[in-house]
Amino acid sequence: MSRLLHALFLSMAIVAVASCGKAESPAASGELVVKIGASNPLTGPQAHLGKDNENGTRMAIDDANAQNLTIGGRKVHFELLSEDDAADPKTGTIIAQKFVDQKVAGVIGHLNSGTTIPASRIYADAGIPQISPSATNPKYTHQGFKTAFRVIPNDTLQGKALGEFATGKLGVKTVAIIDDTTQYGEGLAARFEEAAKASGATVVTHEHTDDKATDFRAILTNVKAKSPDLIFYGGMDSQSGPMMKQIKALGVTSKFLTGDGGCSLEFITLAGADGEGIYCSMPGQPIDKMPKGPDFMKRFNAKYGEIQDYAPYCYDATMVLVQAMKKAESTDPEKYLKVLAGMDYDGVTTHVAFDENGDLKGGVITVFQVQGGKLVAHDILSSKP
Amino acid sequence: MDIFLQQVINGLVQGSIYALVALGYTMVYGIIELVNFAHGEVVMVGALVSLSVIERLAARGYSGWTVIVIGLLLAVPACIALGLGIERVAYRPLRKAPRLAPLISAIGVSIALQQLAALIWGRNYLHYPDILPKTQYAIGGAVISEVQVVILIAAAVLMAGLWILVQRTRLGRAMRASAQNPAVAGLMGVDVNRIIATTFAVGSGLAAVAGALVGAYYNVGNHTMGFLLGLKAFTAAVLGGIGSLGGAMLGGLLLGVIENLGAGYMGKLTDGAVGSNYSDVFAFLMLVLVLVLRPSGLLGERGIEKV
Repeated sequence: MSRLLHALFLSMAIVAVASCGKAESPAASGELVVKIGASNPLTGPQAHLGKDNENGTRMAIDDANAQNLTIGGRKVHFELLSEDDAADPKTGTIIAQKFVDQKVAGVIGHLNSGTTIPASRIYADAGIPQISPSATNPKYTHQGFKTAFRVIPNDTLQGKALGEFATGKLGVKTVAIIDDTTQYGEGLAARFEEAAKASGATVVTHEHTDDKATDFRAILTNVKAKSPDLIFYGGMDSQSGPMMKQIKALGVTSKFLTGDGGCSLEFITLAGADGEGIYCSMPGQPIDKMPKGPDFMKRFNAKYGEIQDYAPYCYDATMVLVQAMKKAESTDPEKYLKVLAGMDYDGVTTHVAFDENGDLKGGVITVFQVQGGKLVAHDILSSKP
Repeated sequence: MDIFLQQVINGLVQGSIYALVALGYTMVYGIIELVNFAHGEVVMVGALVSLSVIERLAARGYSGWTVIVIGLLLAVPACIALGLGIERVAYRPLRKAPRLAPLISAIGVSIALQQLAALIWGRNYLHYPDILPKTQYAIGGAVISEVQVVILIAAAVLMAGLWILVQRTRLGRAMRASAQNPAVAGLMGVDVNRIIATTFAVGSGLAAVAGALVGAYYNVGNHTMGFLLGLKAFTAAVLGGIGSLGGAMLGGLLLGVIENLGAGYMGKLTDGAVGSNYSDVFAFLMLVLVLVLRPSGLLGERGIEKV
């Protein structure tokens, strides 16, 4: 009996101490802690992109905290909850549910369309605003969810612009298309195919791989047999880099064009000298033409090193979210969501405003070419979807 | 025609890597009837150890095949030590246990090695530096790169060497004797424990070479790279007839060629309904077909000499 009592007292003591600890931190300083979720692949083939996104988001959170904002009369402190979804749709939905359970005020992410789209339903059901800095599949904002936004032009625009670029500026007549069968890769490849066909090119073959493959020789041999003027790849850099090496090793001389997933420093490292001369695109302006691009790049480089891909978009996504809370004078998703939908914000990348779907208004696509191991802006396209 | 030839060349190169790994599975199975599921992870460790060495040498400006050979000089002993350690710690204590116990132990070792590699080398994809010559040779409308030629030659030499070891030496005779009947072999003066350890050492050494070749061929390495490769190699061993050396070699080459031809021609055969992304499905369908017709694999027969 005495042992039982002892145990009871002990457990009560533990509970008391634990609850004390919890109550103390925010209340003591009088600050309102606002949790913001960020979900990116921090492990696996796309870890470098995920880390880049996390850094961009973290920089915005730090800047917002440095501004000593008050919302609804209370001083606020933003807290970043960063999770690893490994670019896996299933893990993405588990994290989304976790964010909902943790009552985050908003979510920046996810990185991939494949993880963003299934997660968006969970955020929509919970009424939590979500801004993706990098998911470009059109479907994300076309499911009728009021909580889904993005700060990057979508693939309807990107695919169309690239299709027209290939037939127009590059003057190609025949194209081979390869995609990685993810929502992003397949979606972009399909938009590209439509546009290329519409502007007069012939699609000689459409091959598929997956986002973990390392051997592309079998499909590349098929492509080689058709000797197309151009190979288009819908997928990420961790595949397109090694693929580029195999293209050259097979003696294929076609031009190569890929979307934003392959437009990174990692692609150049993986492809090495074989990546020279290829074309890739990024939605938005090149960083030195972005309204506050050069300044952002300087600060980011000093803090985290080179920008891989989407860091500036993450910064804008986070800042828009914070500004919407400030303008609404509330961190309650229900209250600031309406303000967010009507935001007008001068970001690093562009002037951010959303259309009725939550897509970025306007927007251009920049085509880069790899020259001397660097991404050099080649052309800025503005095709109306 | 050149397209067909190209697919066959690519398939043979991929297949000879499968064969090298499959030999490790089949040798261990032949002697203690255990599917060593940790074998794929040994290949991964071989690839990552050689990668670490190659990276350091490349940073100092060395290049060419000598760098790969130096990498192998470290990776092979490392993998042999790992193979011996796995056998001693995870399998030997369970040799008299029910058949499922060592199998579970093998899966456990595989998971543990993957996580250990993730701790040492990180979870990101590591890329091999550009140090190998990119020379290409044209044969009958197809191209074969120097790396591919080296892989084919290295695999052929190693397999021939293994064949001689097993068929022509005292050690090989002891291995064959232990495979047929360990108890009787013991009575004849064969130290069966030592022979089993040697089998693991030889298999792991081959795995290290296979790992380094995979790295040089695809230019990427990662702590999960051994899993699918191990599964494919195991499939190849079963396809050829597990326990049979010749079977592992044949099964590996066949699986490589089938996969490539599958990816190459499936779209055409099904008129685009089933695309090149189903090449794995195609390979496993072939396996099922072979096993239905010949349950012991292509070259696996009861009473065949197994090691």
